[in-house]
Amino acid sequence: MIASLFGVLFDGFAYGMLLFILSVGLSVTLGMMNFVNLAHCSFAMLGGFVTVTLTNELGWPFLASLPLAFVSAALVSVVFERVLYRQLYRASDLDQCLLTIGIVFVSVAVAAYIYGTIQQPLNLPSYLRGSVSVWGQSLGVYRLFLIGVSIAITAALVAALEYTRFGAQVRAAVDNQRMARALGIDVDRVFAITFALGSGLAGLGGALAIEIVGLDHAFAFTYLIYVLIVVAVGGLGSIAGSFVAASLLGISDMAGKYYFPELGAFLIYFVMVALLMWRPVGLFGRR
Amino acid sequence: MVTSAAVAEPQRYLETQIRWRPVEIAFWLATLLPFVLTPNYLVLASQIAITALFALSLDLILGYAGIVSLGHAAYFGFASYTAGLIAKWGWGEPLTGLVIAATAAGVLGYLTGFIIARFRHLALIMITLGLGLLLAEAANSASWLTGGADGLQGVRMWKLFGVFQFDLYGTTAYSYSLVVLFVCFLVARRLINSPFGLALRGIRENAIRMPAIGAPTRAHIRKVYTIAAVMAGVAGALLAQTTETVSLETLSFARSADVLVILILGGAGRLYGGLVGAIIYMVARDQFSGINPQYWYFWIGTLLVAVVIFLPNGILGGAARLVRLFERSRA
Repeated sequence: MIASLFGVLFDGFAYGMLLFILSVGLSVTLGMMNFVNLAHCSFAMLGGFVTVTLTNELGWPFLASLPLAFVSAALVSVVFERVLYRQLYRASDLDQCLLTIGIVFVSVAVAAYIYGTIQQPLNLPSYLRGSVSVWGQSLGVYRLFLIGVSIAITAALVAALEYTRFGAQVRAAVDNQRMARALGIDVDRVFAITFALGSGLAGLGGALAIEIVGLDHAFAFTYLIYVLIVVAVGGLGSIAGSFVAASLLGISDMAGKYYFPELGAFLIYFVMVALLMWRPVGLFGRR
Repeated sequence: MVTSAAVAEPQRYLETQIRWRPVEIAFWLATLLPFVLTPNYLVLASQIAITALFALSLDLILGYAGIVSLGHAAYFGFASYTAGLIAKWGWGEPLTGLVIAATAAGVLGYLTGFIIARFRHLALIMITLGLGLLLAEAANSASWLTGGADGLQGVRMWKLFGVFQFDLYGTTAYSYSLVVLFVCFLVARRLINSPFGLALRGIRENAIRMPAIGAPTRAHIRKVYTIAAVMAGVAGALLAQTTETVSLETLSFARSADVLVILILGGAGRLYGGLVGAIIYMVARDQFSGINPQYWYFWIGTLLVAVVIFLPNGILGGAARLVRLFERSRA
């Protein structure tokens, strides 16, 4: 029982880290522009399909396809930001929701048109398969890899936000957009770059997610709810909040599936509603 | 939208609003056309009437009180299962079943209204979404009661008034749904054109100023939320009774999202927005999904993007703007 508890915590944490990579970009952009981008997971799905195409069709190694998943999601997101999102920064939450859910619909249909409605296969290189034994526990190598990547990304994000000039501009814009503008910060430019980076991270998350949760045309819909839960529970614009919320969500979802399989996803929805009723701005939110 | 004249003379404004316009009478007369023109599509017509009623109920809270809900299907599905279960357990009388199911949805709406009234913005959207998902998961788990993924089987309705059988052609179904829709519409119309309706619009426009002028905002929200839940429940019960089956889909997030899309397409905050949206959406889906359901999503997504960018107040809002332009050019 104790052993399996550790296993559940490990798997849940790895899953949580995946959710963190998927959602951290949305948290920061929502905190900065108050732009409700429900199409965030469409960019994640794009990254996933880029990796699938590169490794299966063109024979690229898995690791080499990851940067391309990041770059392609970032580039496509910038195009959308310039063409469509710009026009709605001053619009209501509802209009933003509807525009982006429209994009989700289209992306799901396009993915189904190109790739069909089946789960996409992925051939992992042999060094990422199997499991290693640590203190009598067998831990999946891929999950260890996932946790390593996520922690590296978190460290890089925190360092970039805390110690670079650009990070300071981002923090200023999240804290008080109008004041930041008054100080001469080009908030639109900062936002566009942050948006691209966040979407790129989502694309990377989508590529990393294939091995854990699979990838099909409905990915943009299925994981939208999880990502929204992480963002709302963690608090807008808070990296630490997203990290904690994603870990909590990953572990409670995994624990629910192991110990109370008959409840299904009931547990995480319950946790979310309870947390939001307790703290409507999220665990680490300030507004 | 409230004009500036309303500020000066609210009574006069409400009086002008409550008068029936010719175009409204024409609209309701046109709802009788399917009996004559397309008698083979009465089943679809009754689905449209039910969806329109569901969209109307969402309009009350979203269009007028400004409460964005991503979980409105909870009340629809809850009443759907209630109506289905009553009929399955041996009481197949439609009207009493409808009333009982709507009451059940209303009680659920009243209870959740206490939660809803406390939150706004993203937290509100996520809580409505979460409550809807909770109920859907509960129904999925309780398969001994709801039939789970197979849907509720064995629903048998008695004849309406002991005379009209629910037939395959949908004549009874459409007549029944249409009459219920019209009655609910009258209620909604009366409600919106009352001082209470004005207070709701005040909450939508500025939720902080309303308490400052002495309006009990939270009580108002609870009240309208309960009414909307009853109406959504009526729609759900109608669906269960006319199709004689209930599936998990009635509670799903997809249904909540669909009705939101329908309302926005038609135009929120206008009584006819949900009705027009339901007609366009359902007919288009019937035509397109015959080809391929995936294409349908592509077109509805494109349509949504276009409406948000080019027609901020929905199709009816765009039509109203055209009419105004036309009148100005004549004057």
